[in-house]
Amino acid sequence: MKLFDRLAAIDRRIIYLSVGLVVAIPLILKFKMPIRVSQEVRSAYETVENLPSGSVVLASIDYDATSAPELTPMFRSFLRQCFRNELKVIYTGHLAIGLPLAQFDLDMITEECNAVYGEDYINLGYRPGFVAVMIGFGREIRDFFAVDYKGVPIDSFPMMKNVHNYNDIALIVDFGHGITPDYWVQYVVSRFGVKMFACATGVMAPSLYPYLQAGQITGLIGGLQGAAEYETLVGNPETGTFGMPAQSIAHILIIVFIIFGNIGYFISRRKK
Amino acid sequence: MKREIPIVITFLTGVICVIAFFVPHAPVGGLQQRFLIWYSIVAGFTMIIGLDSLIKYNIKKISQRKKGWPYSYVLLFGLVLTLVTGFQSWFRYNTPFELQSSFMYTYIHIIVPLQATMFALLAFFISSAAYRAFRARTFEATLLLIAAAIVMLGRVPIGAMISDKIPALSDWLLNVPQLAAKRGIYIGATLGGIAMSLRIILGIERTYLT
Amino acid sequence: MNLIGTWIAAGLTIAILSFLYRDNPLYKFAEHLYVGVSAGYWVIYIWAFDVKPMLIDEFFRQAGMEKWILIIPAIFGIMMMMRWFPNIAWISRWPISFTVGIAAGLALTAQVQGYIIPQIQATLLPLISIGTKASETIVQSFNNIMIIVGVFCAILYFYFSREHKGALKVGSRIGIVFLMIGFGASFGYTVMARISLLIGRLMFLFGVFGLR
Repeated sequence: MKLFDRLAAIDRRIIYLSVGLVVAIPLILKFKMPIRVSQEVRSAYETVENLPSGSVVLASIDYDATSAPELTPMFRSFLRQCFRNELKVIYTGHLAIGLPLAQFDLDMITEECNAVYGEDYINLGYRPGFVAVMIGFGREIRDFFAVDYKGVPIDSFPMMKNVHNYNDIALIVDFGHGITPDYWVQYVVSRFGVKMFACATGVMAPSLYPYLQAGQITGLIGGLQGAAEYETLVGNPETGTFGMPAQSIAHILIIVFIIFGNIGYFISRRKK
Repeated sequence: MKREIPIVITFLTGVICVIAFFVPHAPVGGLQQRFLIWYSIVAGFTMIIGLDSLIKYNIKKISQRKKGWPYSYVLLFGLVLTLVTGFQSWFRYNTPFELQSSFMYTYIHIIVPLQATMFALLAFFISSAAYRAFRARTFEATLLLIAAAIVMLGRVPIGAMISDKIPALSDWLLNVPQLAAKRGIYIGATLGGIAMSLRIILGIERTYLT
Repeated sequence: MNLIGTWIAAGLTIAILSFLYRDNPLYKFAEHLYVGVSAGYWVIYIWAFDVKPMLIDEFFRQAGMEKWILIIPAIFGIMMMMRWFPNIAWISRWPISFTVGIAAGLALTAQVQGYIIPQIQATLLPLISIGTKASETIVQSFNNIMIIVGVFCAILYFYFSREHKGALKVGSRIGIVFLMIGFGASFGYTVMARISLLIGRLMFLFGVFGLR
């Protein structure tokens, strides 16, 4: 019976240490696990694949360092897929503190894919206002972004010559860690009829399934597993894929702890 | 006057935005676009309002030698460092966001690791909280635990390695009952949001003026 | 320089992680540094992406009425900052009302068109959904019924204008079942999210120490 009492009262530092170890060891050993691709990620992938070459896509960076481990792999895979399919990428966002972080990834992937600034992609930067900017974009982009992030007029870039509003944008992809995917759907997709899919953190992904079922978004990439699935489809396994073994074992550990806690609880309750 | 004019402003701007939804062409559409641009400009100023109270509070903490006052020096040092590197980078590169600028150096080596690690701590806390708090006391709590376990296993590769049925069950849980629950919750919340928007536009809800 | 920066980042990461043992001066140092640097960051950002391009540069770029009308948002911005002075803080109500009015007006239409109508439409599913095989028909029909019942009962649960008795009680009990499944699924996904953040940080640390 003493064992069961102990099961219900494990010191929190032992829990912290256990979690730290089960996450650290697979990362050091670097083993891989097979990734099963879900329908919602496949739909997102195929949305991009089916766009004609030369189409303009808008990537909205609405995450920061607090969600980067989940969303950065998705963003990198998305960029690789876009440049491979000769799509033009407009890079902007509504979370000021996250845009520079994704900018490092943008620069890395554009160099890897030999994308040319102004012809294959453009960085518009950030404007405060959130939904005001989202809706204002629908009339004329230049009302908010007359210049790019360095202050260069966007009319001087070839790819922006015929891009004025959502009518000229084939797809919106939101990389959001909060409610920004909801806002994109409600304020933009419904109002202007643009196609969109969402890349979300594990915290927000469950709340986006209603939009997926309603057809308001064409796909959903959620959490690190979603990132791993997307990397598998694009053919560039990296942090998403390599994080999966650690993720899996950590989940097993947490389930075991919950079971221990409940066993201890029920035995103590029966004793009383 | 101090309250009446703001309420009139709220009413007029709200009504114009609603009308512009139905009449997106000039002049209403153009007026809405102009308002949206002004909103974007004003929203920027909103974001730095908190700076004044932050600086005042920490200076007061230092002058009165309150508990933890040396850390206020650290805070003010961080603030000044970022401002200096920001403006220096802007003068040198015409933007602070040039990747090799000192501002981006501060961003990538200080802000990013601090921000990321603060949230990484949550992994430990959620494990400890799950162990301590998740008890199958009632039927509903048991349902919650079972659903959580299925999704936790189904959304990682190990679930498929244990059995093919686990990811399939997890997908079904997410696409059917979970979807229904979330939709029900958000329909209710959205109806509340619509009511609140109407109350604000009509001047019934005035808490934003205090 | 990059090496120094990487070690600073690693040091700050370990300082924050030290909180797991207990609160300590190293953690407090890192925490206060974070607040200070973040505050400074916002000032730079607002200058670089708001005030300069949308006000100052635009003022010199435009001509005639378009130029001078920018005075209005500039004045609103300055009025917003009057919150710093308690005696004249009431002046900030004007720009606040302006932003709140616009947000409310946009939200009203967006929530109806963007959420209520499509979501209710998506719930109006056929009770019998004919598929190519009998098993498909049964499964899809069952799922459709589950969604319709689940949405309806979940909304019923939050109806507090009447006491939950009789049919309302049954409906709300069914609603609770769906809600608990929904919360469980959210919790499972949340655990994944939090563990992912730890994976990201450890990948960085192991990279610094050459373990990856």
